[in-house]
Amino acid sequence: MVAPNVVGMLRSSGGQPPEPAVPGAGRPSEPLPPTASDPASRDAGPGAGRAGRSAGPEAAARRAERRAGRITAGATELERRLSDLLRGGLAEAERSGHGLWEETAARMVDAQAPGLAARVRELGALPGSGPGWPVRLLEECALTHLLDAAWLGVDRLPEPLAATVRARVGLTAPAAGRPVHDHWLVLAQCDSSDGKIITRRIWVYGRESGRVALLLSFGAGGGSPRLALPVGMAVEAWLTPHLGGGGLRAELGEPVGPPVPIDAPPRGGPVSAALDAYGHALRADPWLDAWPVTLAEVIPVPYGGGWQLADAHGGDALPIAPAALSRPGLWRLAALSGGGPVTVFGECGHRGVTPLTAWSADGPEAVPLV
Amino acid sequence: MTRSTSVSLWEELVTSALLGTDRRTPPRAVMAQGGEAPVALLDAAALHTVRRRAGLLPAPAAARPEPAARDDRPLLPEAACDRLAQLLAGRSASSAGGRRSAAPDLTELLPQWLATANEQGYRPPPPLLPALLDAARARTDLRPRVLAFAGARGLWLARFNPEWRFALRSASGQGVPLPETTDAEAVRRLWEEGLFAERVALLTAVRERDPGDGLALLSGSWATERAEDRLMFLDSLRTGLSDADEPFLERALADRSRNVRATAAELLSALPDSALAGRMAARASSCLGMDHSGERPAIAVEAPHECDTAMQRDGVPPTPPTGRGNRSWWLGQLVAAAPLSTWPGRFGGRTAREIVALPVMDGWREELHAAWCRAAVRQRDAEWSRALLGAPGIPSEAGPGTSSLAERAKLLTTVPERERADWVAEFIAAHGLSEAFQLLGVCAVPWSGPLGGAVVDALGTARDTGGYPWSFSGVMGLAERCLDPSEAGRLTLLTGAADGTGSSPSGAGGYWSEAFQRLASTLRLRAAMHRELTSPPPDKAADPGVRGP
Repeated sequence: MVAPNVVGMLRSSGGQPPEPAVPGAGRPSEPLPPTASDPASRDAGPGAGRAGRSAGPEAAARRAERRAGRITAGATELERRLSDLLRGGLAEAERSGHGLWEETAARMVDAQAPGLAARVRELGALPGSGPGWPVRLLEECALTHLLDAAWLGVDRLPEPLAATVRARVGLTAPAAGRPVHDHWLVLAQCDSSDGKIITRRIWVYGRESGRVALLLSFGAGGGSPRLALPVGMAVEAWLTPHLGGGGLRAELGEPVGPPVPIDAPPRGGPVSAALDAYGHALRADPWLDAWPVTLAEVIPVPYGGGWQLADAHGGDALPIAPAALSRPGLWRLAALSGGGPVTVFGECGHRGVTPLTAWSADGPEAVPLV
Repeated sequence: MTRSTSVSLWEELVTSALLGTDRRTPPRAVMAQGGEAPVALLDAAALHTVRRRAGLLPAPAAARPEPAARDDRPLLPEAACDRLAQLLAGRSASSAGGRRSAAPDLTELLPQWLATANEQGYRPPPPLLPALLDAARARTDLRPRVLAFAGARGLWLARFNPEWRFALRSASGQGVPLPETTDAEAVRRLWEEGLFAERVALLTAVRERDPGDGLALLSGSWATERAEDRLMFLDSLRTGLSDADEPFLERALADRSRNVRATAAELLSALPDSALAGRMAARASSCLGMDHSGERPAIAVEAPHECDTAMQRDGVPPTPPTGRGNRSWWLGQLVAAAPLSTWPGRFGGRTAREIVALPVMDGWREELHAAWCRAAVRQRDAEWSRALLGAPGIPSEAGPGTSSLAERAKLLTTVPERERADWVAEFIAAHGLSEAFQLLGVCAVPWSGPLGGAVVDALGTARDTGGYPWSFSGVMGLAERCLDPSEAGRLTLLTGAADGTGSSPSGAGGYWSEAFQRLASTLRLRAAMHRELTSPPPDKAADPGVRGP
């Protein structure tokens, strides 16, 4: 039970009277061009986003300060809206519909806080989203509040945590961690789209380091993201982690030689180890919804209306996340298993596990599930 | 803080949040630290949420499913795996519609691919099973082959998804979870308790293994079955029909349901030695006779004047369909049900061909020949079928037998495959393709050399004489699936000839060229598919499974 320490730290640092809102906050929302936090600009090439667009570190610092001011105004406004919501009751939220959330999200976009905007949009989808929605809405409101408070007191936070908060709000942390050389096994690749930008998430696993990293890549305007790696193969390369966010996100350097097939799936553990890993990761980043895990020797088991992944030996199981139940990948996983143990890589979190890739007991061939 | 108080504190927080802090003040413990109620509530909720997430425990595992039975068939070769994935993906893509292009239609190749894979005895890679079952769900014609290919693992999987339930009750033999037909107890139980479709499948399977057992199963419960079920069950006796079934079928002639009676009579008439066949022979014989009064001998016809109760009991419907005369209807029924072996004796030892060639008096020819066609098909009599089909080259109105293409197609099914293909090839050479579709449909796949040659030549002729390719889209589609892939070379000549616009008098040269290109590329694709499934797999020891990126 370590995570609450971080929460305690965040809470004591927040709650300061906010800076007055910046004048621009009241104007009608407009689509903002990609900014430094923005994926698309980051993707232009190594270091392109880091350097900034106009000359001089002073100009960059002034821009950063202006942006921080806007985010502060946004976070303050969001806090006020959350307070109003709690004062009136979440039951109201179901009646008031989507419009309020959309408008609030647009304000967060104006405030150049895409992390907050995304959170608000997700909050808007929760009211009336099936049994137990008030609990889910309260949880997410509370974590959004925690992030607001953390941002408003970010100057007083110790460094790795402050970097995490900045990344969560939407300021991209630089890829400035210590580079790691390894043979990176490509565990999974999946794309998602918000209608404008396609986000590609590629999970890699270092054969020697045992480290798991997330490579993000973006395609704007309907284009495909630039980075593509073959799932189930390994590439030899240097990998540079970003700061914050639990150290997951990284940039992959130019691979040495072509991808090669692997001879074995990544090492994995039982169900309890996966939950431990998630709990441990929450220490550094309480906003994590899930953590990458490899489960070894698990069996997909149908129960009730859903499925779970159960240890082949022992009585522990993890439910498969509701969102993953409607994907065709679930059936590929079940077919691959045939009732026998398989190795599964996926994201494990408070909603359950989302399987992304699986290996049968018969061979090293990876079966993508997304 | 103990767990139970933490839980109840959380419940109080949720209640307060749901109703609003203005209506329901958050619990005292939360408010103790001061500050506004909503902020205090959110602080406490955040703490609880992260604490809960960090302390999540595994759930107890539910009962694990029984593992799928082992499948000892060899795994599909790698190239064939890729091809299958492509064919299955093409299924969803090609449903978008639109005009056909020069690209092959992958959907249509799936049945053939499955047939070859099953012949070779491969098992599918498990991750492709869901797409296979989805394909079979959408297309009932694929189901038997998909289920045979999917094997034990496919059935195991289908149990968990309601959309694939068809797999569990599919009526086709192999791979369906019927009890071992030798397990008498299990068979009896399913027969007594199963759903209708399961019972039909069971009866068919038992009948295939041992016709006598199937008959025993059916006669045991016959009296208690519903009329519409009896009809379906009776129909399954077609498999392995023999004289041993006659007593049961004779009893079924007294069934309450008219359709059951008619089916029983039809089955009996396919048994030339049955009592019913004998009765029918006697009745039909009394209607037909030789007439020697003219220059040439001819068949004299005296159609029945009534349909008595005995005839009705033997399955002759007393009332004809609208538009047919009573007497000609009854005649047709009698002749169709009488054994063909009746006629040589009746007509002075003549062969089938000679009998069919005899003139028929008083305009009864068409009626009589149509009835003989039905009898030949029902009795699977190749000699009579040949006689009734006549020579393929002469115009059908001039020949013997029937001018109906549907009847001819049925007659063709009774002669050996080779002969069938030759007959259709000659027919196409003489009459072109416009009437060939039904006849081609009964020919064995891939088409024999002469038949394939005739089709390709006729397509070339159609182009050269100003036909439009879309008038032949049915035959083109068949050709894509049925032509022997080795014909692709011959087709390239045709695609080359039609490169411009002027080479077809109809001005459709471009379309023809595209149609031939698609035909040729489909054939090449089929050849590749066949190779992938039939060539011996590369030595695994020499090739450690390296795949390209």
